[in-house]
Amino acid sequence: MLEIVFYLLAAIAVASAIAVIVVRDIFRAALCLILLFMTVAGIYLLLHADFLAIVQVLVYVGAISILIIVAIMLTRDAQHGQPLGRLKYPAVIVAALLLGVVVLGVVSTVFAMPDNAPLQETVKPLGKALFGDPGYLLTVEIAAVMLLSAILGAIAVIREK
Amino acid sequence: MFSAGLNQYLILSAVLFCIGLFGVLTQRNVIKLIMCLEIMLNSVNIALIAFSQYVTPVMLTGQIFAIFVMVVAAAEVSVGIAIVFSVYRNRESVDMENFNILKW
Repeated sequence: MLEIVFYLLAAIAVASAIAVIVVRDIFRAALCLILLFMTVAGIYLLLHADFLAIVQVLVYVGAISILIIVAIMLTRDAQHGQPLGRLKYPAVIVAALLLGVVVLGVVSTVFAMPDNAPLQETVKPLGKALFGDPGYLLTVEIAAVMLLSAILGAIAVIREK
Repeated sequence: MFSAGLNQYLILSAVLFCIGLFGVLTQRNVIKLIMCLEIMLNSVNIALIAFSQYVTPVMLTGQIFAIFVMVVAAAEVSVGIAIVFSVYRNRESVDMENFNILKW
């Protein structure tokens, strides 16, 4: 049953990712990107990552796609007729080679998988890991500083002189 | 045929990553290029969470990494779109051919 759900989600994800590149109208490409984000959230749910699925919907579907759509609307003249660049065939070769190498590596590697059952509910363990004592508190602080500097940098870049 | 479980998630992640890479290498519209970058970051998150589920099911290391990847993605897209607006104001275009102000 879960296999069918996975293959359905994977098919939608790959199709919408291809549509983002192939569709000429950039607004429709942004809608395909939102569909991709939603299917990725479904894949997180299949992987028992409930908190991350919610964060995916909030951050990607809620914030980042809105930012991209606002950017599209503010740069409206240049939406159509963007052909692929000159690098089309080398890019196909590079992407296919990388895909082949990665798939070969994945298939031929034996990962050490413990028998523990995955956690059913991850919010509390994630909070303890992020803010607990032997945790990632310093990384959280650094991420906060990075977000602040990104906000300041965005304001400084976009400000009218 | 590969076995069920970790491998199918990793292969899905690799396929999405390569689609995003192809888009980044070929798109001429900068906003579409940012979208393809988001596809790549999402595919990496799928791989991290799949590893977290199957290799470290109790420690959740991969999920914590995925949270930080999301933070970096949010910062990257805000700064990236600010740069796109700034260049668009000067050049009236979002074509990659016009993003050569830093070239000398």
